[in-house]
Amino acid sequence: MLFLIVLILSFASGYFLPWWVVAIAAFLAAFFIGKTPAHSFWSGFSAVFIVWTVLALFKSIPNNHILADRVVQLFPLPHNWLWLLLITALIGGIVGGMAALSGVLLKRAFAK
Amino acid sequence: MKFIKALLSIAFTALLIWALDCKFGAIPPIGAFLNPSTGFWQNAESKNILATENLKLPGLLDKVIIKYDDNRIPHIFAQNDHDLYYAQGFVTARDRLWEMDIQTREASGRLSEIIGPKTLDLDRYHRRMGMVYGAENTLKGIMANPVTRVMVNAYTDGVNSYIHQLAPKDYPLEFKLLDYEPEEWKPINCAFLLKLMSETLAGGSDQFGMTNNLKRFGIKDVNDLFPDYPFNEDPIIPVGTKWGFKPLPIPKSSAGFMAQMTEGIKTKEITPGVGSNNWAISGDKSVTGYPILANDPHLNLTFPSIWYQVQLSSPTVNVNGVSLPGAPCIIIGYNQNISWGVTNVDADVLDWYQVKFKDSSKSEYWYNNQWVKVKKRIEVINVLDHKPLIDTVLYTHQGPVVYESADKKPAKGSENIPVGNALRWIAHDESDEFMCFHLLNRGKNYADYRKALTYFTAPAQNFIFASNDKDIAITPNGKFPLKFKDQGKFILDGSDPANDWQGWIPTDQNPTVKNPPRGFVSSANQSSTDPSYPYYINWRFEQYYRGKRINDKLAAMHKANVDSMRLMQMDNYSILAQDVLPTMLKYLDTTKMSAEQISAFHIIKIWDKHYAVNSIGATIFDNWWNHFYGMVWDDKFNVKGTYLKYPSYDRTEKLLLTEPNSKWFDISTTPAKETCADIVIHSFYNAVDELVHKHGQPGSKWQWGLIKETYINHLANLPGFGTGIFAAGGRGGVINALRNGNGPSWRMVVQMGPNVKGYGVFPGGESGNPGSFYYDDMFTTWKNGQLNELLFLRSPTEPSVRVKTTLVLN
Repeated sequence: MLFLIVLILSFASGYFLPWWVVAIAAFLAAFFIGKTPAHSFWSGFSAVFIVWTVLALFKSIPNNHILADRVVQLFPLPHNWLWLLLITALIGGIVGGMAALSGVLLKRAFAK
Repeated sequence: MKFIKALLSIAFTALLIWALDCKFGAIPPIGAFLNPSTGFWQNAESKNILATENLKLPGLLDKVIIKYDDNRIPHIFAQNDHDLYYAQGFVTARDRLWEMDIQTREASGRLSEIIGPKTLDLDRYHRRMGMVYGAENTLKGIMANPVTRVMVNAYTDGVNSYIHQLAPKDYPLEFKLLDYEPEEWKPINCAFLLKLMSETLAGGSDQFGMTNNLKRFGIKDVNDLFPDYPFNEDPIIPVGTKWGFKPLPIPKSSAGFMAQMTEGIKTKEITPGVGSNNWAISGDKSVTGYPILANDPHLNLTFPSIWYQVQLSSPTVNVNGVSLPGAPCIIIGYNQNISWGVTNVDADVLDWYQVKFKDSSKSEYWYNNQWVKVKKRIEVINVLDHKPLIDTVLYTHQGPVVYESADKKPAKGSENIPVGNALRWIAHDESDEFMCFHLLNRGKNYADYRKALTYFTAPAQNFIFASNDKDIAITPNGKFPLKFKDQGKFILDGSDPANDWQGWIPTDQNPTVKNPPRGFVSSANQSSTDPSYPYYINWRFEQYYRGKRINDKLAAMHKANVDSMRLMQMDNYSILAQDVLPTMLKYLDTTKMSAEQISAFHIIKIWDKHYAVNSIGATIFDNWWNHFYGMVWDDKFNVKGTYLKYPSYDRTEKLLLTEPNSKWFDISTTPAKETCADIVIHSFYNAVDELVHKHGQPGSKWQWGLIKETYINHLANLPGFGTGIFAAGGRGGVINALRNGNGPSWRMVVQMGPNVKGYGVFPGGESGNPGSFYYDDMFTTWKNGQLNELLFLRSPTEPSVRVKTTLVLN
């Protein structure tokens, strides 16, 4: 459930709000419906990881990845766009996961 | 405990987000840059393009139709001129906004605002040499003319209408990478682009080096090594052309003056051996009976390209060619009646004056036997994450004192007075170059061409012309100061009014030739005229090598077509090698050589003198000549701590061919007395041994294209965004003067006739977006020496299979 809500909120917010809004979405969702810290972290992580992967591929596939193949050369990574996609998704995942974890931990702090 | 855990987690998450949203040094904000909703992924353009697109834009008077062809080049059809230039601004910004922004920032000394202290020296230099001062004056000229005022304002509105509709996710990639926002375009930015061009093409100076030469060698040797007319020349205006005007009186020379030493200052040098070509042949020489015009301006090659191809059409004009991103009009191109192109004139329009200040407050300077007040101009340079730098620049009546305290060691006996060097530069003057292009774009005949040229000030260009009336012409043109001979060859005494520029050469007395008997006109930056021209333009020009080759080829040409011109633009034949190689080879004796030297000798002996990509002879000759030139001059001119100007290849050639026993061949650091033979022989040994050391035995690894590094970088030198190093022929001094990152920035050939046909290509692509399929789609065509047939639509409804997309603005 948490996974699905973060997934939907991340998809919807990205186009008109700053990128870090995914963190607020994951945080709030976990605060209200998060269960265990581990479950919340992995739900937040995988939701944002998937959303960012899909959104990036949505732009990059019709582009034949020519841009990502150039941009990856700015980073200390092997010269293949897949690495850039992986880093992108990981960063999104960690932010989403940590935000969800924070949400559920705060909820537990308040819970008696 | 639970609270602490929660707070720690929240704090860590917040810190993580903050770190990912922050720019650290040159590292972009990683989260902002990588996220797929607003980061760089948004700049990936789809291969599926819409067939039609409609946009509502504020400020347009009528509907504008824009047809994009298969290279994504826009063909703009407007109902009036205002809308035409508005649309030009809009489509150019859409493809090149970041390039426009960074170039105007560079010109106006505002890079540090976005980059930080790293670019502060460059910004200071541009401020201190008066780029902003010059642009402000040019803007006055533009705004004083109702035609150019409307044009530049409309262009500006078009650029801004694009900027206003951008959301952060739409910003061009480089804005995201450097983490800053596009700002409002201003009319003065159009002027800044002209100043940048003036800096590139007319912003160098030999005066400091020549003044140091004078101190070191004395006037006799300087006159011998740096003559006012070269040994070899084939001037732009053919020898024997009648001038047909009564010249103004030439100003009297000033009293002799020796500037104080200028050690430690190194101004922007004039780089020899690079340069542009243009030529036009008369109908008699062409297969169709109508003239053919060709032009390839050489500049630093970058992605995105310095040129932006576009067709501009309204009820007053229909013109095709290349524009400068950030400026209205077509700069090089053609319409249904005329075609034109440009190469640079190496005119001396930049002079340094030594200023004597009254005291260390530097508020007054000595001029015409009295103390005159210095004007002060405050330049505020904002620096990213630092306090702004406030720089006060002193202005004499000549211009800004760019170098305030050049001089740390006054010459013996001179008074202890602070000195500096003031800059008199043509780019500081009020001007209206856009009017020239406005008129050329609409030109119908020779008279229109001549009228347009009167509006052009700087940087002076060799304007070549061909028309459907079967006229061809060329005019080294710009605003040339009226000078006495050699005025500005050395640093001038700023206190003597006789050293000021004494007016101007009347525009209609600029050198020009129309339909010369030889049946062609051409230029390759060489001397504008032979010494019979009554005025002084400069003591030095680019050397004759390319010009001579062009003229030799054209003189022999009959029934030429577009392809003959295209092949000539790719010509790699070296006139330098033709001039010197037979003499150099005569000095060699194979009995005293090593095995490698003998095999190199046999290769170069049969070399065809072409700098072809796979030529081994070219590599040997090039290295040999470099060693020879270095051995002759290095011990005299490579002096630590003093910047001296080396003699030219042309003068070195004269030395080799006609003065084998000259004192200049003697290497001062050896006890023996060397002659020409010693230098030629030893430079050959050194050159070959060096090649063997670096590349092994003479063979395929010595191919010229592999030895010479050729590349095109992204404007910000981003790795992976340029071409990388590629193998190519050509060299400075041959027509295809492609070397390192400098070369033909646009190649164009126009066949005049009832149905004018243009061909052209620039290295790169129309889009400045590295995420576009049109970022470098023309590079391979350019590299292979091919040209694209340029689509020139007569009307927006003319059917063409090459039109891929229609954009309607209203």
